[in-house]
Amino acid sequence: MKSFNPRAIGLALLGPAIAIVASVLVTTLVIAAVGSSPGDFWSTMFDFPKPRSRVDIINQTAMIYTAAVAAAIGFRMGLFNIGLEGQYTLASYAAAAFAGGAYLSGFANVFVSLLIAIAVGAAWSAIAGILKTTRGVSEVISTIMLNSIAITLVGYLLNKYGVHEGNTVHTTRIDLVSGWTPFENRDGEIWTLVIIAILAGVGFWVLLNKTRFGFDLRASGQSETVAKASGVNPHRMIITAMALSGGVAGLIWMPALFGKATNFGLGTTFQAGLGFLGIAVALLGRNRPIGMLFGALLFAYLSVKSNDLTFATDVSPSIVQITQGVAVLAVVVAYEVVRRWRARLEQRVVSQELGTATEATA
Amino acid sequence: MTQESVAVELRGIGKRFPGVIANHDVDLTIRAGTVHALIGENGAGKSTLMKILYGVQKPDDGTISINGREVALRTPTDAIANGVGMVFQHFMLADNLTVLENMVLGAEKLHGIGDRARAEIRRISDAFGFGLQPDVLVEKLGVADRQRLEIAKVLYRGARIIILDEPTAVLVPQEVDALFANLRELRNAGNAVLFISHKLDEVLDIADDITVMRRGTTVGTADPRTTTKRELAELMVGSELPSPETEESTVTDTVQLTLADVTLADEFGRNLLTDVSLSIRRGEILGIAGVEGNGQAELVETIMGMRIPGAGRIHLGTEDVTHWHTRKLREAGIGYIPEDRHRHGLLLDAPLWENRILGHQTQAPNAKGPWINRSGARKDTQRIVTEYDVRAPGIDTPARALSGGNQQKLIVGREMSGDPVLLIASHPTRGVDVGAQAAIWDHIKRARRAGLAVLLISADLDELIGLSDTIQVILRGRLVGTFDPASVTPQDLGAAMTGGEAA
Repeated sequence: MKSFNPRAIGLALLGPAIAIVASVLVTTLVIAAVGSSPGDFWSTMFDFPKPRSRVDIINQTAMIYTAAVAAAIGFRMGLFNIGLEGQYTLASYAAAAFAGGAYLSGFANVFVSLLIAIAVGAAWSAIAGILKTTRGVSEVISTIMLNSIAITLVGYLLNKYGVHEGNTVHTTRIDLVSGWTPFENRDGEIWTLVIIAILAGVGFWVLLNKTRFGFDLRASGQSETVAKASGVNPHRMIITAMALSGGVAGLIWMPALFGKATNFGLGTTFQAGLGFLGIAVALLGRNRPIGMLFGALLFAYLSVKSNDLTFATDVSPSIVQITQGVAVLAVVVAYEVVRRWRARLEQRVVSQELGTATEATA
Repeated sequence: MTQESVAVELRGIGKRFPGVIANHDVDLTIRAGTVHALIGENGAGKSTLMKILYGVQKPDDGTISINGREVALRTPTDAIANGVGMVFQHFMLADNLTVLENMVLGAEKLHGIGDRARAEIRRISDAFGFGLQPDVLVEKLGVADRQRLEIAKVLYRGARIIILDEPTAVLVPQEVDALFANLRELRNAGNAVLFISHKLDEVLDIADDITVMRRGTTVGTADPRTTTKRELAELMVGSELPSPETEESTVTDTVQLTLADVTLADEFGRNLLTDVSLSIRRGEILGIAGVEGNGQAELVETIMGMRIPGAGRIHLGTEDVTHWHTRKLREAGIGYIPEDRHRHGLLLDAPLWENRILGHQTQAPNAKGPWINRSGARKDTQRIVTEYDVRAPGIDTPARALSGGNQQKLIVGREMSGDPVLLIASHPTRGVDVGAQAAIWDHIKRARRAGLAVLLISADLDELIGLSDTIQVILRGRLVGTFDPASVTPQDLGAAMTGGEAA
């Protein structure tokens, strides 16, 4: 096992620490610059969340975390799957439409709906993988375009097959899966399918660190030429990794669908934007299962707590987007700085240990 | 030796990188009008010293005097202003520009970019016998011509002290002779040439003075007229210099690898390999000689399944493997020591034990079904580290932190594991110090005795002749000749490698 020396842990925490300090500073400056009180802002934000917010934070953390895992699968392979948004929109629609059809009942309906979400997300994402391997199209470009196509496609399908209700349209209502109520009933419940996030996180860790496939994936991400020489088929690997990333992305909104939403409606029940948050959190957590968990928690906390700003201060809740943005930007820079520093440190350790050894044999 | 004749004097030069002492107490005196050879193993500190003299790196201690005057060289520009020029091992030329354009690029102020520059190039070329034609495109030039252009570039900028970093590494024997003729002209014209090499024959041939470096410092000087190769080698390594020796043949009758009329084309339809046929038997080492870039890399990548040939068949044993991919070939028992460790052999940021798995992801002891066998891989890494003398603090050290020689020993150990039937070894001892080189040769020879078939590609003709049972020469993607290493000379090989007649 790797030894857990305090210096290594300190170095690992240094990046996020720098990022958080930087984002707090920038946010404070922005609030002061527009003439509001940073003090009010931070006291509201740091105020311990009420039970209702606590439940929300957990639910949001789960969805953001699933999205981060989906992004991380791509990142670890050196692929930038920016199309999580389209993948989970399409997958959520497909799952909600199937579940609404009530072809199956109870648990089976939920389970098959989840499988459909995975399949649709994976298929949509695999398109980008196939385009990359057969036509050399960068996945960054194709997935952005596939986002637009997915959202337009869902709008069309929803309009055609959905339930029209006044000005809104949504899929057929489904029965919720009852969750766990840790506080009063009015504080809401923690959704059952939050478990998806836990499974995704554990599955991601096992896949990466314990399986041959995960080894190939990491090798490809570190060096494509090395991976190829070691026997990895790069084309197959790209398509598989994209599909896997999209499959996990398909699950992002499932906890909310079966926990609260009851149906899929663009601009109403469906929560958009989780895919992009997931990419940000994957960057923040350095694509590591535990790191992303803290990142997801931080982002969920900021998003949920920002709702309190409307009542307690004159600061717009949107300000937390600046905090989130700066955190990601700063963390990318800080990690690079720390990485170089660590590399130098490692080299020094090696030469010190070997230096003494050579002296001894000389 | 009078003070006026000293071109460069380095005294007590020291340079420390974090945790590494690259140079310490280096003393070096280069007389004007001489070729001065600086020799030493890889990692002895030659590169750092050169960089200091060329202003790329600043020394922590010591003084540099040029023509008797103490100078501070902060940038290469300072060095050039003081008349120090350097020719790197990897040429820095723009292929799509002419000789003239390459020459004046960045030095337009000296002689303009027109007829004055052309006249100056002609003058330099004629004075030292470079044979440069100012208006030829560089992409049309061969390696030797490019090197002469690089030297001329340095002279054009007014250098009187010329540093050549392993200039002969890219040349065949005949070209080396031509280069040495040029260097003698330069010397006779009063220039000082610092010649960096670890090929001792060449050093004894060309040098007027020799300085030997070991472990970051200068350990002695030698007079090429009186010293022997063996003495130099002992100064370099502090022990005896090994050389591969042909042993009695272990070649069997069982053919392990056959290529029949293998042809490979690039995306534009040009042939990279044309009708290549060869066979290697168990216990045989087949050496491939050739100037780099004549299809060696493509040949290796084709056999390894990284490229699929357009025509011809490849058989491993009795199995037709022409269309097999790399993983299947590796599982069938092909070991692969790649030419470029960093591009094809190692995950630099991964620990050693993960690098043990690399390329053998599906094989014991690294895997159990779809799972990685962490403890098995770690245990076997420990074995390789011990058996192959990989100097590392532990198997969790990232590969990047190891020296080139130790990285290579890890790769050799890995590829020899699991009883391969065929070993593809591309430049197995490149960039490796003498000690590691001997160890790698021993491992290859031992495996050969045990019946391993080896395809050996090397730029080091001594290595090829010493290890191989048969040598084939590759030229422009074709195998153009077969030689018996027992009777062939480097000159014969050199002639075949360049397509010329025997010298």
